[in-house]
Amino acid sequence: MSTIAMGHAGAEAAPAEKKGLWSWITTVDHKRIGILYGVTAFLFFLLGGLEALLIRWQLGAPDKTFLSPEAYNQLFTMHGTTMIFLGVMPLSAMFFNYFIPLLIGARDVAFPRLNAYSYWVFLFGGLVLNSSFLFNAAPDMGWFAYANLTSKQFSPGLNVDFWIIGLQILGIASLAAAVNFFVTIINLRAPGMKMMRMPMFVWMSLITQVLLLLAFPIITVALVLLMLDRSFGTHFFVPSGGGDPVLWQHLFWLFGHPEVYILILPAFGVVSEILPVFSRKPLFGYAAMVFSGCFIAFLGFGVWSHHMFSTGMGPMADTVFSLGTMLIAIPTGVKIFNWIGTVWGGSIQYKTPMYFALGFVAMFIIGGLSGVMHASPPADLQQTDSYFIVAHFHYVLFGGSIFALTAGAYYWFPKMTGRMLSESLGKVHFWLMFLGFNLTFAPMHILGLNGMPRRVYTYSAGMGFEFWNAVETAGSLILGFSFLIFIWNILKSLKSGEVATADPWHGATLEWSIPSPPQEWNFAVEPTVDGRDPLWELRRARGGTLPEPARVSGKGIHLPSPSYWPIVTAFGTALTLVGFLMHVTLWVILLGVAITMLGIFSWAFEPADH
Amino acid sequence: MAHDTAHALHPPTATGLDTRKLAIWTFIGSECLFFATLISNYLVYKGESLVGPLPHETSQCMLHGQMTTCEPIFEIPLVTFGTAVLLFSSFFVVLALNGAQQGNRKKLIGWLSATVVCGLFFIGMQVYEFYHFYHKGLGYTTNLFGSSFYTLTGFHGTHVTLGVIWLATMLVLAIRGKVPPEKSLNLEIAALYWHFVDVVWIVIFPVVYLMR
Repeated sequence: MSTIAMGHAGAEAAPAEKKGLWSWITTVDHKRIGILYGVTAFLFFLLGGLEALLIRWQLGAPDKTFLSPEAYNQLFTMHGTTMIFLGVMPLSAMFFNYFIPLLIGARDVAFPRLNAYSYWVFLFGGLVLNSSFLFNAAPDMGWFAYANLTSKQFSPGLNVDFWIIGLQILGIASLAAAVNFFVTIINLRAPGMKMMRMPMFVWMSLITQVLLLLAFPIITVALVLLMLDRSFGTHFFVPSGGGDPVLWQHLFWLFGHPEVYILILPAFGVVSEILPVFSRKPLFGYAAMVFSGCFIAFLGFGVWSHHMFSTGMGPMADTVFSLGTMLIAIPTGVKIFNWIGTVWGGSIQYKTPMYFALGFVAMFIIGGLSGVMHASPPADLQQTDSYFIVAHFHYVLFGGSIFALTAGAYYWFPKMTGRMLSESLGKVHFWLMFLGFNLTFAPMHILGLNGMPRRVYTYSAGMGFEFWNAVETAGSLILGFSFLIFIWNILKSLKSGEVATADPWHGATLEWSIPSPPQEWNFAVEPTVDGRDPLWELRRARGGTLPEPARVSGKGIHLPSPSYWPIVTAFGTALTLVGFLMHVTLWVILLGVAITMLGIFSWAFEPADH
Repeated sequence: MAHDTAHALHPPTATGLDTRKLAIWTFIGSECLFFATLISNYLVYKGESLVGPLPHETSQCMLHGQMTTCEPIFEIPLVTFGTAVLLFSSFFVVLALNGAQQGNRKKLIGWLSATVVCGLFFIGMQVYEFYHFYHKGLGYTTNLFGSSFYTLTGFHGTHVTLGVIWLATMLVLAIRGKVPPEKSLNLEIAALYWHFVDVVWIVIFPVVYLMR
């Protein structure tokens, strides 16, 4: 029988919450860091969305001169880079931070100060990358930065350097966070929570951390080599010195393909939490879900060259990478059938999170199917570099990741803030987003197959591209507008939304057993678990209802102290790398290293506990 | 060193493994891919240099602005000695850890000093080697061999340097009596990192210096 503390009678008064800017700068609480990640990432996401709208406006009619070719190049590069590294990844990190400890019954992550460090490094990395706009030198060579477009000869400005350094800083944040969450999930599970009892979101997060740990070192080295080529005159990717530009593609996609799963697996996890709760049925095929996730991650390291069929690798390599890619459709199909099996015959609750989760399943199937199409090299050679590819990856990244993350936002907002989001505004948001999304991206399939190339800033009248481009631009405005409704919903609900109970959705997992929002220590009493749906089991044992958990004083609960060393160390780390940006400025590098070392030593010798 | 965990209250972890030990193993796993990529880069460009000098063969190269014949770059005896010193340092840090666990301060300080000295010797060897190779005509951007060799061994050397700083910090703590048996895990974690740096060299030495 699970022991989960519910409704403690006679609890002492809860202590006042810590307030003020300083408390946020020095916080090591995973929940506050989660909120910092969420707010920051959402702002970057809106910036990336604005970039997309400018692109769409330019393409709304033929021969437009709204954007210059140079500005267009910068916008599509920054749109892709921002959405991947500053939007979807840190939005997933918000959920990792806030919910992994709650879902496994822990008081915090394994290394709370390292967690704060990750956030600050991420923030500085995002600022460095976007500060390129101030110098009119935003990256302009596409988010995968193919050599030798990135060589000093063809990109003499700082544009590429901003991209290299920005990504290098962001990579450090991701690696530090990945070590932290990996250890947290393995080691801090509450008693009784065996691996095969973990919520599916935690499983998918664990697999994501493994991918991060193994994929990010590869891009780190690739970025170092590119930086050496540009700033020190080596020839790793420069043919005149014997270097091979295709090596860049191999290194980039060895990272880049696992990165695709880094973007989608957390989304799989979120949806796998939501569908059971709103179908009132346990997740169908739990073990198959776990193993298909592992299989996807494993295969994800063996299919990178399907991004490179057009480099002419020869029939043997083409065949192997084509078959490997098609194989991934199997575990992905297993997941989709399990989601359908979860909903099948359930007592479906038509709430906003469920709308978005079901929208995810439908849109992701479309994106997955077009993905299988270009697993075939002859088909891919027709589709590559056309709008068909743009359609495909927006169906998996927007229709997939963003729909699922939005579902997660509606699902977990009450837990994070203590307020419910408005259901009626939520449904308006869903239908506008669904409509806008499909109007924007579905026609790209047609345009791509009709030969419209991606990354070209305009097209001539009379090529037959006008109609669908106009539809797409109209769709993108609807899509953008749907996010204004989302923002309005958030602001309105924070101010005057319905107060959330501890368990507004009748959830199955541990986070719903504690007050909304949780107190600093999460669980006043460490929970014990003996099943996959601990709260449902408890509810059944108690005859269907659970008392509302009380806020407690938390006296005697021992928590890590706030610290400003994480932000100092993060600043030093970012400064060191910025020193490599402007033609290698030695004093900046040395100052950065000095601050980093000061930070690390002060951190290591600082007493960690109250 | 302070415990950076909120979980003094969680004494038995879910696996029974120490959280910090698991973290350093995880980090090492990630670092493997970092060095694997650098080593792959070296191997991809092996034999692809357009001009000399080359690792094992005499070749035509530019020296002092003139095309001349360059001797092979590598001199195996010195680097073999350096490799042995680094290998022994891994053994010494195990003895130091053993001393820490037994509460034998003399043993701890003695062997830890030996480890740090070995690490410093290895760095010194590498600096000498770089200087020497440079004067034999192998600049950083001379050819792909030079760039990929200096990048790979340079990153390894940086890791050795960080390891020496870490172990020297532990040595200062040990001298001040701050590494008692119950805190020997702090040394064990530094030692795990040190072993890893050593193991990477065990791969680099044959692949880069011995393989023709």
